[in-house]
Amino acid sequence: MVPATAYLALSAVLFTLGAAGVLVRRNALIIFMSVELMLNSVNLAFVTFARQHLSIDGQVIVFFVLVIAAVEVVVGLALIVDIFRSRETVDIDDVDLLRG
Amino acid sequence: MEGLAPAGVLLLLAWPLAGWLANGLLGRRLGRIGPGLIGSAAVAGSFATALGLLAAYRALGPEAGPIPVPLGAWFGAGALVVDASLLVDPLALTMALVVSGVGFLIHVYAIGYMAGDPHPARFFAYLNLFVFAMLLLVTAGNLLVLFVGWELVGVCSYLLIGFWFDRPAAATAGRKAFVTNRVGDAAFLLGLFLLFTSVGSLDILKVGEAASALPGGVRLAAALLLFAGATGKSAQIPLHVWLPDAMEGPTPVSALIHAATMVTAGVFLIARLGGLFLATPGAMAVVAVLGALTAFFAATVALRQHDLKRVLAYSTISQLGYMFVAMGAFAPAAGMFHLVTHAFFKALLFLAAGSVMHAMHDVIDVRRLGGLARPLRQTALGFVVGGLALAGVPPFAGFFSKDLILEHAFALGMATGNYLPYLLGLLTAFVTAVYITRAALLTFSGRPAEPGARPHEAPPVMLWPMALLAVLSVAGGGLGARAAGEPLLRFLEPALPHPDGALAGVHAPAGPLMVLSVAVAAAGVALGWTLHRGRRDPALGALGGVLEQRWYIDALYEAALLRPARALGRWLAGPVDLGAIDALVNGVGRGLARLGADVRRWQTGYARQYALGVLAGTVLILVFWMLR
Repeated sequence: MVPATAYLALSAVLFTLGAAGVLVRRNALIIFMSVELMLNSVNLAFVTFARQHLSIDGQVIVFFVLVIAAVEVVVGLALIVDIFRSRETVDIDDVDLLRG
Repeated sequence: MEGLAPAGVLLLLAWPLAGWLANGLLGRRLGRIGPGLIGSAAVAGSFATALGLLAAYRALGPEAGPIPVPLGAWFGAGALVVDASLLVDPLALTMALVVSGVGFLIHVYAIGYMAGDPHPARFFAYLNLFVFAMLLLVTAGNLLVLFVGWELVGVCSYLLIGFWFDRPAAATAGRKAFVTNRVGDAAFLLGLFLLFTSVGSLDILKVGEAASALPGGVRLAAALLLFAGATGKSAQIPLHVWLPDAMEGPTPVSALIHAATMVTAGVFLIARLGGLFLATPGAMAVVAVLGALTAFFAATVALRQHDLKRVLAYSTISQLGYMFVAMGAFAPAAGMFHLVTHAFFKALLFLAAGSVMHAMHDVIDVRRLGGLARPLRQTALGFVVGGLALAGVPPFAGFFSKDLILEHAFALGMATGNYLPYLLGLLTAFVTAVYITRAALLTFSGRPAEPGARPHEAPPVMLWPMALLAVLSVAGGGLGARAAGEPLLRFLEPALPHPDGALAGVHAPAGPLMVLSVAVAAAGVALGWTLHRGRRDPALGALGGVLEQRWYIDALYEAALLRPARALGRWLAGPVDLGAIDALVNGVGRGLARLGADVRRWQTGYARQYALGVLAGTVLILVFWMLR
């Protein structure tokens, strides 16, 4: 049996990859995928702890996260499409209307 | 009458109110002559109504008493419940007749006088509003209703003094009148508060009944506070300074408001609250002495004024002083008698002066007039009749009323040993005869000072009111003359409380006093004739200079009150407002703006940077949470 620490380590690696992706990439779609990666790394951690503590709570929360991620994708993709329509770019650094 | 009174009194008030509304709302469509006709008709309606009320009241017989006219509750606040109510009694009827009667004549005169003015509708609207306010004042049954009328006539006075508001002098004079009156009105209001807390009601009849039962100190304070209000409205020392300046207004206004009616409101107030004042000998002594001082002071100033209307204004102040002497001598009926005759002859004098201004294109400085008796024959005759009445020459009206006041003042001296009001009154009678002779001689006798002017007599619409007032200035004496049975005095007697105590039963020697006052008046006229015959105008040396400067009272107020007030105003506006308050407010604003300018640089617009911020924040919170 694979120890729980391995799953948690994988989760941490995935989260770090996702966070790094969000911070360094400029393409909005890639950033989006990175966010999904972060969410799923968290899901993995939840499932791991649920299994370890024999508690159903962690698994339930995963469903919530999945639902929220789906909703977020709907809104986010709509935003990206709209940004592309109005500015013909998905480069996140070009969208700086709120610069002070 | 009991049933007639409410409708009658309301009709009395409704006429000028309707005239005000008509002229105020539709004035522009009424053309040049319409507003004057409507205004005069409205006041004529009031006069006719007042006559009807008088007839109905007299039909009730001598013991009719005051007839209150309740108009329902006005407002209530805690213990203060005020009923709007009016009051019909001989005092109110007399005043209503004078206000509407003299008012009507002056309205008619104003049609001619204001013929060339571009804003007749505004003028007659104000004038009608004034008549309404004055009638409300004199028929008020509650002191708060009276106060409303009191303030409203003040507003009208302000509006009409400043009628030609494009002249800075007129605008300033209006403001001065208003502010000076505020001082008196504040005291008046305090007096009302005091009366309410001690009597529990502001109903005039109730106050009159309860007054004698009040503690002496409260009574004295209330009477003096109300008298202070009266000194403002009736231009007595020390609040007299506004009335001469008020002559900047159109002359019909000076005649109606600042001679015949509004300025007598203070005298009326004391007669109206006779129950309070006559029960307070201390306050009455103040009233008598201050009235006598004012009468003498103003008469001396009138000796050396060069503006004809200002001479008459000081004369008005002086004559109002006489009325206060009568009140203070426990003779309100005599004071009211003089109020009525004064309304006749002073209105006549002002209308004659207005006719002079009309003829001489607004020149009113007597040094630039002269020789007007020939071109302005009727006007000159009117002025002389009014002047003789003012000087107290028999058989003109002023003689009877002034003599009656002096007689009562002498009786006051016999009863209390205070002969000052009588002596000052007698002296004033002498000075009065001198100054009015001077004014008449400088204006009408001799040769014109400026021969180029071509004066023309006033149109009939201005002459007729003067003619009627001249008749009244002669016949008015019959209202109170012993030979004529003193109808006015007998009519007023039941409405005015009688003096009890010291003065009851004291009778001054009427015959010798009358001879003395006639002699004094004749001597005054003779001296005036000797001094000023042939339009000479001796300056009277250093004393004349003092008089010309109005005893330096205006200068004193300027130095002691106005200049410090202006300095305070400048200090508050400059260092305090701009320097401290504005600086603080602006400083806060500027500081926040600078802060914002610095903070906005954090808002780079790079979403990834924000994300980094969120991550760093999360990490920091986690670290903090784990290390705790």
